[in-house]
Amino acid sequence: MTLTALLLSRLQFAFTISFHIIFPSFSIGVAAWLTVLEALYLATGRPAYRLVFEFWLKIFGLVFGLGVVSGIVMAFQFGTNWSELSRTTGSIQGVLLSYETFTAFALEASFFGILVFGRPRVAPWFYLFSTAMVTLGTSLSSFWIMVNNSWMQVPVGYVVKDGIYIPSDWAAIIFSPVVWVRFPHMLIASYLTGAFCVAATGAWYLLRREFAVEGQIMLRMGLYLAAILVPTQLFFGHLTGDYVHHYQPAKFAAIEGRWHDEQPASEVLIGIPDSVSEADHYAISIPILGSLIGSLSFHSKEVGLTDFPPQDRPPVVIPFFSFRIMVGCGLVMLMLACAGSYLSFKERLERNRLLLWLIFLSFPLPFIAILTGWFTAEVGRQPWTVYGLLRTTDAVTPFLTSRAALVSLVVFGAVYSFIFAFGIYYIYQLLRAGPVGRLVLPPPAAVPNRPMSVVDTNPRHLAAGE
Amino acid sequence: MALYWVFVLAVAVLLYVLLDGFDLGIGILFGPTRDESQRRAMLHAVSPIWDGNETWLVVVGVVLWGAFPIVYATLLSALYLPLLVMLAGLILRGVAFEFRYKTQRLRWIWDAGFAVGSLLAAFIQGMTVGALVQGLPIASGRYVGGEFGWFSPFAVLCGVGLCLGYALLGACWLVQKCEGDTRDLAYRLIPRLSVGLMIFLIAVLTYALYKDFPVMGRWLDRPWLFVFPAIGIVAAIALIASVRRRNDGTPFTMVVVIFAAAFGTLAISFWPYMIPFAITIDQAAATHSSLAFMFWGEGLFIFPLMLLYTVVNLRVFRGKITANSPDY
Repeated sequence: MTLTALLLSRLQFAFTISFHIIFPSFSIGVAAWLTVLEALYLATGRPAYRLVFEFWLKIFGLVFGLGVVSGIVMAFQFGTNWSELSRTTGSIQGVLLSYETFTAFALEASFFGILVFGRPRVAPWFYLFSTAMVTLGTSLSSFWIMVNNSWMQVPVGYVVKDGIYIPSDWAAIIFSPVVWVRFPHMLIASYLTGAFCVAATGAWYLLRREFAVEGQIMLRMGLYLAAILVPTQLFFGHLTGDYVHHYQPAKFAAIEGRWHDEQPASEVLIGIPDSVSEADHYAISIPILGSLIGSLSFHSKEVGLTDFPPQDRPPVVIPFFSFRIMVGCGLVMLMLACAGSYLSFKERLERNRLLLWLIFLSFPLPFIAILTGWFTAEVGRQPWTVYGLLRTTDAVTPFLTSRAALVSLVVFGAVYSFIFAFGIYYIYQLLRAGPVGRLVLPPPAAVPNRPMSVVDTNPRHLAAGE
Repeated sequence: MALYWVFVLAVAVLLYVLLDGFDLGIGILFGPTRDESQRRAMLHAVSPIWDGNETWLVVVGVVLWGAFPIVYATLLSALYLPLLVMLAGLILRGVAFEFRYKTQRLRWIWDAGFAVGSLLAAFIQGMTVGALVQGLPIASGRYVGGEFGWFSPFAVLCGVGLCLGYALLGACWLVQKCEGDTRDLAYRLIPRLSVGLMIFLIAVLTYALYKDFPVMGRWLDRPWLFVFPAIGIVAAIALIASVRRRNDGTPFTMVVVIFAAAFGTLAISFWPYMIPFAITIDQAAATHSSLAFMFWGEGLFIFPLMLLYTVVNLRVFRGKITANSPDY
């Protein structure tokens, strides 16, 4: 395989957006968690809730900041590397993403300022309201992103004029049924990310026999929430599969590893898809289950990849495996959430160190699930950028040289790795230190547009209360 | 409707240039400054607001894409390598605010990142303006210049010029925000930077006349355009006077007026082109349904809110910073 500008641009986009998605998905979840904590604090007046709130607010600030920094690149990348896409679909995609920027700026930035400074200056209900608005802002951000991406998956509400995609029906674009399946799927994934990170942090403190009260709050609330959310997520995951089955049969066949039409279809649990022999090697499959999953029927005919001409087929290996990794992570999370919630309800979890260890080590699972889920959706959409309309080969900047693309990939790779290695190390330090000491007043320098400044409290304050 | 979005875009670009201009400028001045307390004072003078300033760049990006997709696609892809350098520079300087106080041993890395990142970002922005003035190689609405089609001695001259301009803006901000030796340092720098900028302006003008750029023709067609340079000259005189009288508040305002006059000059000599002299506003504007959809939500409500928010944020952090300001 030669390193063409197209391939390098795809790698660069995949790399930068994978790096970026980690931070917003975490901050959406943590924002919701902060709202719940603040509401509980207002309702019960328990100081522990307040302490946990202040602790997670610091982490939220740092993660939010890293998300902002990595997001700036995204605003430019469509134009630099995908100029044909941005030229032809800008009237739709550009508008949707501009809404993302404007709403995010208005809600997140302004109300985040109140979260940082405002506690002494505003009424408690208003502080809670501000927390909820930050949560709304982060959720709306992801809403516009999902509207945009769903339009690329299943384009609706447009007409083509002189090769340009012109919006003809905004309501159809925004209220597309695909949006309202995929947006909840992504939103719940973010909440699950928050829930598992919180529960894992709590488990870590209990294992270290520190911060018992705070650790228990984190562990329990995280697990209970996850126990409700994981089944809901499986349901929305199923709905997402239905839309793929209906609108993107080639992607569905690739995910299933199904090469030929089958009736009734079997389900390949695991195997090694091979596009040369058009078969799965070492496959373990279950008869009829494929029809059941695809069409909720015992005898439906399910479509195979060979129905599509080779130039219209997506790559198979990446969607096939990443889908299975995502589902696998989901099932492990389901077991952990159920077992943990049950033992916690019975007051036996604190003594079960094995399960605590498993919960502690589970924090990467939601991130892996989100990344592999996106790999499935995006790689499975190939060879199209806008499904059925614009091929990826026609979306890339036509005059981009592989030399320029290679330089940018290397530079972004180096800068991101460098910056985020430090950022993640710093988050780790905060988590390790834990919710220590007395309540710390916000530093006078912290400001809405500089979210990372929340964490810059002078360490002396913390030590004083220990 | 297209005009409204041209207006929003113009406001966003001008705000970006003015706001991020002074904090990039401080980044440029930060490099040659060796004294730690002066370095701290410089950072303190911008750290509460730099992030908000940079948000306007993202706003420029998305408004361009949504309202004028062709301009977004053409400009960004044509300026592939310069934009890469600018983004890397902005990221490096942005995290320096947060990371430099976390370490003693590695502080030099973040300090270097802050200074070099600021310098690169400013240089690229100036070079972009230079490339636009000279005219990008565009044939029938497509960029045809290749990897380095934006490069020219004139563009480099403009890049250096904007670095000087931003540094001047930064120095005036320091005069307004700081006291003691940082302020004195800034006062010493202002005349030098002003002279440097003046020399550069003359060089640019001579070069443009010599090469007979198409933009010069517009000046002869529209003599009233000279109002803007005239405002600039008046502001420059006021700047000199205020520096002599050590009137801390005035220099920054005057340089803002100079920048606004320069921006007005450029904008009106380009009019009605968005990429001179290849793509006009009408050619570039997205379809009415897109512009209207943007207008009724973000245009009518959120944009004024953002302006208000910027004003409030600047007001909250007005006044001098003092020696015992907390460390960030």
